[in-house]
Amino acid sequence: MEVELKEMLDDLQALKRSLPDPSHQASIDKLQVHVEHLTNLAQYAPARRSKVKDMSAEVVDSNPYSRLMALQRMGIVENYERIREFSVAIVGIGGVGSVAAEMLTRCGIGRLLLYDYDKVELANMNRLFFRPEQVGMTKTDAAVQTLSDINPDVVLESYTLNITTVQGFETFMSSLRKKTFRPKKEGSGVDLVLSCVDNYEARMVVNQACNELNQTWMESGVSEDAVSGHIQLLIPGETACFACAPPLVVASGVDERTLKREGVCAASLPTTMGVVAGLLVQNTLKFLLKFGHVSPYLGYNALKDYFPTMEMRPNPQCSNAACLERQKEYLLAKPARDAAAKAKMEAEALVVAECPIHDDNEWNISVVDDSELDRTDGRSSGNPLILCSESILYGLFVVADLLLNLDNFLFRKLLLSCSLIFQENGS
Amino acid sequence: MEGWDPNTKSALTQIPLLSIKAGPRDGAAWTQRLKEEYKALIAYTGMNKSNDNDWFRISAANAEGTRWTGKCWYVHNLLKYEFDLQFDIPVTYPLTAPEIELPQLDGKTHKIDIGFHFNSPRFGIAHALCLGLAPWLAAEIPILVDSGMIKHKDDSASSSES
Repeated sequence: MEVELKEMLDDLQALKRSLPDPSHQASIDKLQVHVEHLTNLAQYAPARRSKVKDMSAEVVDSNPYSRLMALQRMGIVENYERIREFSVAIVGIGGVGSVAAEMLTRCGIGRLLLYDYDKVELANMNRLFFRPEQVGMTKTDAAVQTLSDINPDVVLESYTLNITTVQGFETFMSSLRKKTFRPKKEGSGVDLVLSCVDNYEARMVVNQACNELNQTWMESGVSEDAVSGHIQLLIPGETACFACAPPLVVASGVDERTLKREGVCAASLPTTMGVVAGLLVQNTLKFLLKFGHVSPYLGYNALKDYFPTMEMRPNPQCSNAACLERQKEYLLAKPARDAAAKAKMEAEALVVAECPIHDDNEWNISVVDDSELDRTDGRSSGNPLILCSESILYGLFVVADLLLNLDNFLFRKLLLSCSLIFQENGS
Repeated sequence: MEGWDPNTKSALTQIPLLSIKAGPRDGAAWTQRLKEEYKALIAYTGMNKSNDNDWFRISAANAEGTRWTGKCWYVHNLLKYEFDLQFDIPVTYPLTAPEIELPQLDGKTHKIDIGFHFNSPRFGIAHALCLGLAPWLAAEIPILVDSGMIKHKDDSASSSES
C-alpha cells in the first residue's frame, strides 16, 4: 500500500510539471496533501509480526517472550522454552475454551488443536474473545483468525465437528493420536486435553476418548447461574474419571418441562468465565512446565469468593470399561511407582542433612502419605475413618441420584459438600 | 417418576425396556440393540395409534443406524403442525441421550435441548421421544403458535406476503 501511495505522489508531481495551465495547480496540491495524509495513516495499519525461531530472554520492547522467559530468572520455571514442544487440545471454543486458547497462544504454546461445531452468535458477545464482526463464522475459523494474528509461532489445527457423533468421535480420536508434531513423544500426540464444553453428553465423550487413550485431561465448567465454576484434573486410572460419579438422573424427579424452561437460557458472565479459564490455564502451565502444585480439583464460588479443593479417587465400580482397565494398570504399576518415590526421597535426603526436628515424640505422631492409600490393601490396613467416609460418599452419590434432580454441576457441588463434611469429620 | 403427567407416565411404562446395553461402536451387539430399538418404537407407535394419538414417524437414515430422520406433528386448535425430526446416536449412547433436533424450529425458539440423562441403558429411542419430545411439543408448540413464531402451512402463503 505504501509503495502504491508513493507512486501516486510521483505521478501527481509529474502531472503538475507537465500541465501548462496553472489553474489546476491548486487542486493538484490538494490531492497531494490527501495522499501524504494517507501515507501517514498507512504506517499504522496492522502488520503481522514474523515468526520467531528461538524464545529469547533479551529484555527489549520487541521481544514477545521477554516477560515469559523472565519466569526462569525469577526461579519459577526451570525451562520455559519447553512450552514450544507441547500440544494442547481444547474441546469447545466457547466462553472458557476460547479464552483458554488465547492465554495459551500468548504463552507461546507449541500447538493447539481446536474442536467446535458451532458458529459465533451475537448472543456470545457478553463473553470475551470473539468480536461482533465474526458473527456467522465457525468458532474454530474465527479463533484461528484471531490467534494466528496474536502469535504466528503457534501451530493451530481446527476441527469443525461434533465429537459426540460416531464420525466426529473417530476424527477426534485420530487427531489426538497423530504424532506428526513431535514424533518421539510417548503415548498420544497431545500432552493435555482441555474440556471446555457446556453439556454432560460432550463431557462423557471426552471422558471416553481420554480413558481409551490413557490421556490426562482437565475438565472445566461454569454453572448455569454464572456465579460458580470449577476445574478438575483427570488422570485415567489414578483419579476419578467423569463417569466414576454416577450421572444425575432427570427421569427420577422434576418435570422435564419445568426443568427445560429454566435450563434453556443459561446465564453467563465474562468475569466468571474468564476466572475459570484463568484457573484452567494456570493449572495447565503448572502441569506442563512442572512448577508449583497441580490442583486435582479447584472450585470457584463467586458469591462468597470461596475456592474449595479436593481429590477424588476412581470408583472401583465405574460404569466405564476403559476406566476400569486404567485402574487395573495403575494398581499393577504400584511397585514401580513406590520404588521411584523411594529413590526420589533418598536423593532428597542426601541433600538435606539428617537431623530430627524434635528430640522426643511423646504422642507417637508420624506423617502418613494418604495419597497412596490404595483401595486394595488400604481397606484393611489404612485409616478406617477415611475409607468409611469414602464409601459413605459413594453411598451419597446414589442417594443424590435417586432423590434429587440436579444438573451435573450441582451434583458436583453436592459431592463437594459431602467431601467437606468428611474432611471436617476427619480432622 | 413423580412429576410426570399421567399420560407420559403410563405411556412410558408400556414401552418395552431394552435388554442389550450397546452403543454404535460395539459392533454386533449394536445390531442387536438396533433390533430392540425398532421393536420398542413399533410397540410405542402401535400404542399411540390405538390411543388415537399417533404423533411421529422415525427410521434410521444410514446403514449403521447412527443417524435417524423422520417427522413429528402436533395438533393445536384443530390445526396440525408438522416438523422434520432428526438426531444422531452419540458415541456414548445409551449412557447419554441423543440430542433431538427439529431443524425448522432452529433459531425460532430457545435452543431445542430435549436431551436428558437416561437413568438406565434400558431406555431407548422410543423412551427418549416419549419422555423428551412429546412433552416438549405439548409445552412449546402452543406458545410458538400463539406468539406467531410459527404459522400453519395453509397460512404461510398469505403471511409471507404481509
